[in-house]
This record gives sequence, C-alpha cells and structure tokens, in this order.
Amino acid sequence: MIGYLIGLPLLGAATLLLGGRRTDKWGHILATLLSGSAFGLGLKLFNDMLALPTEERAMHQKLFTWIHVGNFHVDAGLLLDQLSICFVLLITGVGTLIHIYSIAYMSHDHDRRRFFAYLNLFIAAMLLLVLGDSYLNLYVGWEGVGLASYLLIGFWNQKPAYATAAKKAFVMNRIGDMGLSFAIMIAFVTFGAVSFEGIKEAAPQASTAALTAIGIMLLVAATGKSAQFPLQAWLGDAMAGPTPVSALIHAATMVTAGVYLITRSNFIFDLAPDAQTAVAVVGAITLLFGALVGTAKDDIKKALAASTMSQIGYMILGAGLGPAGYAFAIMHLLTHGFFKAGMFLGAGSVMHGMNDEVNMRRYGALRKFMPITAITFGFGYLAIIGVPPFAGFYSKDKLIEVALNAGGAKGYLLGGAALIGAAITAFYMSRVVILTFFSNKRWDDNAHPHESPILMWLPMAILAIGSIASGFLFTKGDALQNWLEPVVAPHAEHAEHHELLPPLTVSLIALTLVAIGVAFALLKYRAESNPSAPENVSIFTRIARKDLMQDAFNEAVFMRPGQALTKSLVSVDEKIIDGAVSSVGSAAVGSGQLLRKLQTGFVRSYAALMLVGIALLLLAIWVVSL
Amino acid sequence: MSFLTVMGLLPLIGAALIAITGKGKDELVKKMALATTLVVAAAGIYLALSFNRSDAGLQFVEKRQWIPAFGINYAVGIDGIALVLILLSVILAPIVVLAGWNEATGGRWSVKTFYILILVLETMMIGVFAATDVFLFYVFFEAMLVPVYFLIGGYGTGERSQAAVKFLLYSLFGGLLMLASIIGLYVIAGSQVGRTFDIGALSTLQISPTTQNWLFLGFFIAFAIKAPLWPFHTWLPDAANAATPGTSVLLLGVLDKVGTFGMIRYCLTLFPEATKTFTPVILVLSVISIIYGAFLAIGQRDIKRLIAFTSISHFGFITMGIFAMTSQGHSGATLYMFNHGFSTAALFLVAGWMISRRGSSTIADFGGLQRVTPVMAWSFFLAGMSSLALPGMSSFVSEFLVLVGTFTRYPVAAIIATFGIVLAALYILIPVQKALHGPTTPGNENLSDLNLREKIAIAPVVAVIIALGFFPAPILNIINPAAEATISALGFSDPAPTTHAAGEHK
Repeated sequence: MIGYLIGLPLLGAATLLLGGRRTDKWGHILATLLSGSAFGLGLKLFNDMLALPTEERAMHQKLFTWIHVGNFHVDAGLLLDQLSICFVLLITGVGTLIHIYSIAYMSHDHDRRRFFAYLNLFIAAMLLLVLGDSYLNLYVGWEGVGLASYLLIGFWNQKPAYATAAKKAFVMNRIGDMGLSFAIMIAFVTFGAVSFEGIKEAAPQASTAALTAIGIMLLVAATGKSAQFPLQAWLGDAMAGPTPVSALIHAATMVTAGVYLITRSNFIFDLAPDAQTAVAVVGAITLLFGALVGTAKDDIKKALAASTMSQIGYMILGAGLGPAGYAFAIMHLLTHGFFKAGMFLGAGSVMHGMNDEVNMRRYGALRKFMPITAITFGFGYLAIIGVPPFAGFYSKDKLIEVALNAGGAKGYLLGGAALIGAAITAFYMSRVVILTFFSNKRWDDNAHPHESPILMWLPMAILAIGSIASGFLFTKGDALQNWLEPVVAPHAEHAEHHELLPPLTVSLIALTLVAIGVAFALLKYRAESNPSAPENVSIFTRIARKDLMQDAFNEAVFMRPGQALTKSLVSVDEKIIDGAVSSVGSAAVGSGQLLRKLQTGFVRSYAALMLVGIALLLLAIWVVSL
Repeated sequence: MSFLTVMGLLPLIGAALIAITGKGKDELVKKMALATTLVVAAAGIYLALSFNRSDAGLQFVEKRQWIPAFGINYAVGIDGIALVLILLSVILAPIVVLAGWNEATGGRWSVKTFYILILVLETMMIGVFAATDVFLFYVFFEAMLVPVYFLIGGYGTGERSQAAVKFLLYSLFGGLLMLASIIGLYVIAGSQVGRTFDIGALSTLQISPTTQNWLFLGFFIAFAIKAPLWPFHTWLPDAANAATPGTSVLLLGVLDKVGTFGMIRYCLTLFPEATKTFTPVILVLSVISIIYGAFLAIGQRDIKRLIAFTSISHFGFITMGIFAMTSQGHSGATLYMFNHGFSTAALFLVAGWMISRRGSSTIADFGGLQRVTPVMAWSFFLAGMSSLALPGMSSFVSEFLVLVGTFTRYPVAAIIATFGIVLAALYILIPVQKALHGPTTPGNENLSDLNLREKIAIAPVVAVIIALGFFPAPILNIINPAAEATISALGFSDPAPTTHAAGEHK
C-alpha cells in the first residue's frame, strides 16, 4: 500500500517521458490526477494511523532485498510513521496544488508535458526520500530529487545561464551527497547496518566519536540539500526554474530534506552533543545569512529564495536543539510549506501579469490590479513575519523560545540570532510586499497587470488558508508534538526544562522586533518611485547584493584553482606521462623514422610475430624443462 | 564437449560463413553477423540460467590434453566472476553490431573483414574469461590484440594507425612481462607438482616471497596496462579516440576487463603473499587513477577522449575494490565491471551517433541538441547519469559497494576516492551542458534524431542499467559466492562492526 504512494507519480513520469509527444494533450491532466491520487492515498493512510494506538502506528513494509553482499544487507523497505506521514501529506498536498497551478501557468509552454513529467518524477523521488527505511534507500530519493531539481532548474536550459544554474545546483548538492556517503560508510563500519531501525537499536552502545562523525557528515549532507551555510550558493541561481518549481521544490519540500534527515537521525544526534551543536550553529548562521541577503535582492524570486534559506536556517537550528526542538522544526517546516509555497505562487502570478518581469523595482501598487494575489500573498507575509494568529507566529516563536532556553551562552547566542533574524525577516518581507503591492506604480506602459485565472488563484487561496489555520491546529493541545513524540523523543526528559524567559515575554520581544522591522521598511519604501536600484549605496548593501560574496569566494577558492589544476594535469599527461613513454619508445627503436617503418611494415604482420612469440615461449619452456 | 566450448565456437562458425559469402553482399554480411551474435547472446543467457549459483567453484569444466609434452591443456571452466564477464561480452556484441550498422563502410578493408574480425574477437573474449590453463589464457590474451589492432588501424578515424600501434606496443610490452612470469611459474611447478599450467595446481605452489613478488609484478603490470591503471593509461584515450564507437565499446567495455579479471584470477589466486605486499601500492595507484582520470576527463575537449578518461577513473574504482579484500569491495568490483560495460557502451554508442551526424567529435561543436534531437539527447543524458553513478542506476550499486567495502579496511583510500563522485558530476554535466543545452549551435539545426535501429540498440542497454539499479540481485547472486571464495582463500574475512546492538541477530 505504501509503495503505491511512490508508484503513482512514478507511473505518471514514465508515461509522459516514454509516451513523448503523443501524451501532449492529456499528459498534464494525468500527472495532476496521479499526484492527487497519491494525496488521497496519503490521507487514507493517515486516517488509518489515527485509528491505531500510538505504538502501532508505524508501518514497515519490506519490498525485496536490494543489495546483499557479505554482512552488507539493504532491503528495499518503506517506513511510514508519524514523521514520514507529515511529509507525505505535505509533498502530495502542496504538490498537487502546484500541479493544478502549473496547468494554467505553463499553458503556453511548448514543453508543458515534459514539465509535468519532471514534477511527477520529483514527487516520486521525494516520497522515496521520506519513506525509505534505511539511509541507502533515502540516498536514492535524495539524489533522485536532486535529479528532478536539476532537470527543472534547467527546464529552459536553452538559456546558457539557466543551464549553468542547474549544473551548479547538482554539483554543490553532490558535495553534500558525499557527506551522506561518508555517513553511511561510517555507520556501516560502526553498526554493520544502514537501516534506521538497526542503527537506532545499536546507537547507545557506539562510541561518541563514531556518532559525532556520522552526525557531522549528515550535517554536511543537509547543508547541501537544504542550502545551508557553507553550501548555500546554489539556491539563488535555482530560481532559474519555472516559478511553480521554486514553490514546490526550492521552498516547500526538497530543500527541507535536510531538516528531515537530521530529525530522522535524532537517535544519532541526541547521543552526539558536539554534532548537535554544530547543527544549531549552522542553522543560526544561515538564518542570518539568508535574511541579510534578502534585504538587498530586487528580484522577487531571489528575495524569496533568500528568505527560504533563512527560514530553513530556523528549522535546522530547531533540529539542532534536540528533543526540545525537533517537533517545532517540523512544525515550522510544515507551516513554511504553506506560506512560502503560497508566496512563490503569488510571485508567479505577479510575473504572469507583468510579462515575466521579476524586478520588484518595476512593480508597485499592484494590489489594485491583482487583488486576490495581493491578499493571498499578504496572508503568507503575515505568517512568515510571525504575526499572531498566522501560522508562522506559532512555529517560529516556539523555535526562538527553545533556542533561548538552550542554556548559558549557547542560549543567548542562538536565541539572540533567532530574534535578530526575526527583525530582519520582518524588514525584508515588508520590503517585498511594499515594493510589489503598495508604493507607487513603477512599471512601463507595455505591462498590463491583471489577475490570474482560477486554476492559479485557487491553489494560492488554499495555501493562504493553510497559512492562517495550520499553526493554530498544530499547537492546539500540543497536537503535533504529541503526534511526533514516538519518533523524535521516545526518551524525552521533561524534567530538564529550564526557562530563560517566560513564553509570553519571548513573544512580546519578538513582536516588538518584528514591528521595528516593519516600521523601517515602511519608512524606507512606502513612497518608492524609483524604477531602478540606487547605485550609490554603502559597501554593505553592495556585499549583500552579491549574496555576501558567496560566489566570489567559491570561485576564488575552489573553481579557479580547480580549473588551473585540471589544465596543468592535462598538459602533464600529454607532455610528461605520455611523452616519457613515447620518447622511451623512440629511443628504443632509434628514431621516429624507424618507428614509422615499424608501423607500416613490421607490426602490421603482428599475427606472424605472435606466432613467433609463442614458438619462442614453447622453446623456452622446453629448454627449462630439460 | 562443454557448453562453454560450443558457445565459444559459435562466433567462429558465423565468421566462417561470412568468409564464404560472395563479394558485395554487405547487408547480408551484417545480418549474418547480427544473427550470430544474437545466437551467442542467447547461449550466454542459457549459460547463466543453468549456472549453479550456490556453487563457488568452477562449472562447465572441460579439460583436454593439448600439448602433452609441456603439460598444456585445453582447459576451460567458469565461476561467477567469469560468467558475468562472458555474459557482458556476449550481450554487448549484438548491440555493438546493430548500433554501428554502417561503421565498417569506408574502412581500409572490406565490410566482410570487419565482421569476421568482430566475431573472431568474440570467440577470444569468451576464451580469455573461460580459460583455466594459464598457457591457454596467455594465447587468448595475446591473440586478442590482433583483431583489435586491425579494427582500430583499419576502420578507425583520425590517426588510427598510430593509435593502433601505440595500443599494440603497450600490450606487447605487458604481454612480454607476463610471459616471463608464466615461464617462471612453469619452472617452479616443474620442481614441485610437475609440468602443468593448470591454475588450480599452480595455486598450490610454494613460492618464496621474493620470487612471488617478481612473478606477481609480471602479471600485474600486464593487467594494469590492459585495465588501464595510472600511469599505464596513455594508450587508451588515443585508441578510444581513433577506434570506431563499436570497437571502443568492446575495447573499454570488455577487453579492458581482462585486466581487472586477470588481477582477480591470476594475481590474487597465484600469489597471495605478493598480493598482500603490493596492496598498499596498488590502492594508491587506484586512488590516483580515480581522481586523476576524473580531472583529465573534465579537461577534455573531445567527447571520445573524455569518455576514455572517465573509464580510467572507473577502473581505479574497480582495482580499489579488488584489493580492498572485503566481500563488498570484491563483489562490488566485479559488478562494477559488468555495469561499467553497459554505461560505457551507452556513452560511446550515443557519442558515436552524435559524431557521425555532426562530423565532429569536439564537444563545443554541439549545443542545443536537446531541442533538435530529443531522443538522442536523452540517451546521452541517461548514459551520463549512469556514468556518474546516480542512485537508481546500476553503477550506483557497484560504486557504493566498492566504496563501503574499501572503507571498512582502508578508510583513507575510500575517503579520497569518494571525492571522485563530485568530479564525476562535473565531467558528465559539463559535456551535457555544452552539447545538449544552450541555444542550438549553427550547423546542428537539421541533425536527425535516432532512427528505429538505433533506438532498438540503445533501449536494452538503458533497460539493463535501470533494472539492475533497482534489482541487482540476479547478477550479484552469481558473483557473491566466487567473490567470497576468493577473499577467504587469501585468508581475509570482512571486518566486524565495531558496535553490536543488544540482541541483534546475525
């Protein structure tokens, strides 16, 4: 039954890709229906789970033996438990909405069928990622979503820059994947197993060194997939993909896989405090990094991408805070799935009405022309900056609280970063909203902004409802916390709960900072009428516009030395290694002239030569055996 | 007569029939060659199905006296490792014939000669993997050079003569070293167990460590040239560049495997002590091959040379797996040989089609093929994904087994080798971007997409790659007993996990 979740979208991808142009007419409908069926099945499975007592909820299904050599044994097995069902519903639910949206958004694209094939492929791979019962199964989904992401970022790869963006994403992700490879190898050496179950059982007996090593390597993997520092540089460029892709893959689902990986591996991180701290630190750095980049981006999609990076930083921070944080990391992941996907679809709707213009400096006052987009986007905005009662308030506030309560300097630093991040988030998100929907009209007259068709605004509206209601639903009676407890905190020690500040105080501080951020943005952009970005800006703004020099750094430290190394190795190979052999050859036969003679006459009758050789061999054998 | 012998003779019968076909009947000759290779492939599948998977020893054994005075026998037999490689050879042969339907035209000699050479080569490929007499192996090992030499020198492109000679000289050099070692072995055998070349008998010899080292090196260098391992590799890019795509597939896909197969069958079995002595050196060479081959591949401008260098990187993985001396490394290495055959075949065949359409093998001359020739572009892309070992492709299983198998005993080698997976992403995605993506380069607008024949040729290759990626058991189960037997014969067993779960069964 669980297998069908993956099988349905996979069937769609295969049909559309192998069927080719024949499926052009109905391919997008089929893909949407299959994604929808997977969501329906997910709901049914969720319903079944609800009916069961807590300890029987996890379903484990072994399909067949995948790899078995010596004591290395990996089953193709699926695990549907309280954690993976959350992802299943998010992936198929938001995924289906985005399928529906794309029917309209991509309706003029010659290659719409191929687009839907990739979307279905992505859904299948992402479901495998969250349903695999071992790290190696997860790996298949992990690189599978990477492939889908590559294909979709490069969907319009006739533009060289887009093709480069796709390649960049794949390669940077591969660096992260290397971490996952190492983690699996160390796990196998340590435990003789790579399944979650096997490792979870044996983890308490393992050395801290081994657990820390595995944890750090899993973190490396997470930084790649989730665009966390220092492997974050691919996400901004990934906005080259069609906007629905940015919503689904590069906001709501795939990029949150790192949070899943760390939460899933709680049995390792809880026993490896150093690795856990590293996770929290990476999260804190990235949430500030993304937020700072977000303040300087004029491209609406890149501003949202920076914000995604930052919000995932919050989730990673939460996951790095251990049993206190896992549930809230997942909660923020789910609420973010709603509000960020909604905002990306909103951005797509704006672009749709503005001749694909992405520069917010050329928007302005659009609320009058696309009111539904403005309202749904607005709900997402209120959610992300954390205004009660919108979803982000519940999830982000909890994360800040847990970070502050981490204790000692750690608590101050991590909690402080989370609070500052909240203020910056309020500023740059207000900037996006003001520049796009308020302030003054700054587009020229060949743009004719208009509201998008129902197939586009309906998914946006549904996601907007999620942006309002989900936070309240998840926290009501600690619903999500209790639901996830068997997976993420089986040995929760409630006793060790010290509070730095009471929750209400934390909320008030956070809200004050948010208000300051919003106020700054209002002052600065309320009356914006300049359609191009100001040139005479401070050095800080310039650095922020260049993504805090991430590309300059990578190019100077890795790319150019790598290119130089490649170049010199090529000439070493040609001139020294091959050259040595050739000159030895030439010397042996006297001169190049002779070599040529050898080529044309003597060697061509090699068959005869070989016969002579074998005769010599027989002779030698005869001599020595006398 | 063993079924193996019958199977080995089948291509020769086909070759003989082609030889008596009248002149100018090229189409008929091609069909005959295709029919012959298909029959042999069917025989190969029958062979695999009737192979007893629970038996680690040699099967389909046949032994006849050949030159009794010297104790030379016609002796054949296969274990799982040999079977898998024979299977690879006979499945690739008809695909190569079908894919390169017109590649013999315009050669130095007739189309007829081309297919006779291919079929003779097929017999030798079966023979070299099946031989259990060292002398017989040597004869096949050397004789194989002849058809390949003529295939490159007579039907290739560019500086084909030069490349063919380079290939030949390298191989001859290795062959001579091996010959010296074989004579040495024979002498020792004469004083201990009598005149014999039987590999079983030879493996029982007591050889002093120094002698073992020298004899080992004779074999190993010959195999390292064939495989090829850094720094014995420079013949390969030239040969692969000059050869027709089909010949390149047989050369890199099958013939080079004789090198890595020889390491397992001869170096490890005959010289266990020397193997242990040289293991660190060989691991270093393997890791260098992996990284160096990958960097060189990234630096290539020519698509055929690029593929050749990716193979050097891949062969580094294979030798690393062999000498890691763990069951995962060993089974992984043999599975790698099989999978690499298919992924290289896919890459070379599609590259060949691209080159013949464009009239150039320079990567920069392509561009935007995804929109002009989507099926061809997809085939190239999938072949590339297989080459970079994307999970879900067969190559992932073997590459991961090699890495994890090496890691358990030699973590440093495995860690460095793992960086190869990032480089692999570069050496595949760079040509993919240049050739398939971007705007359509002038001159490419009217290229034709794959025709039906070409689609029929590439489809089974892609199908095997994906099917074995998700379900490698049919091949792994054949390999495992033989691989474990090889390891345990050397006195190795897999390192135990450092931690045991309470109450975990195993």
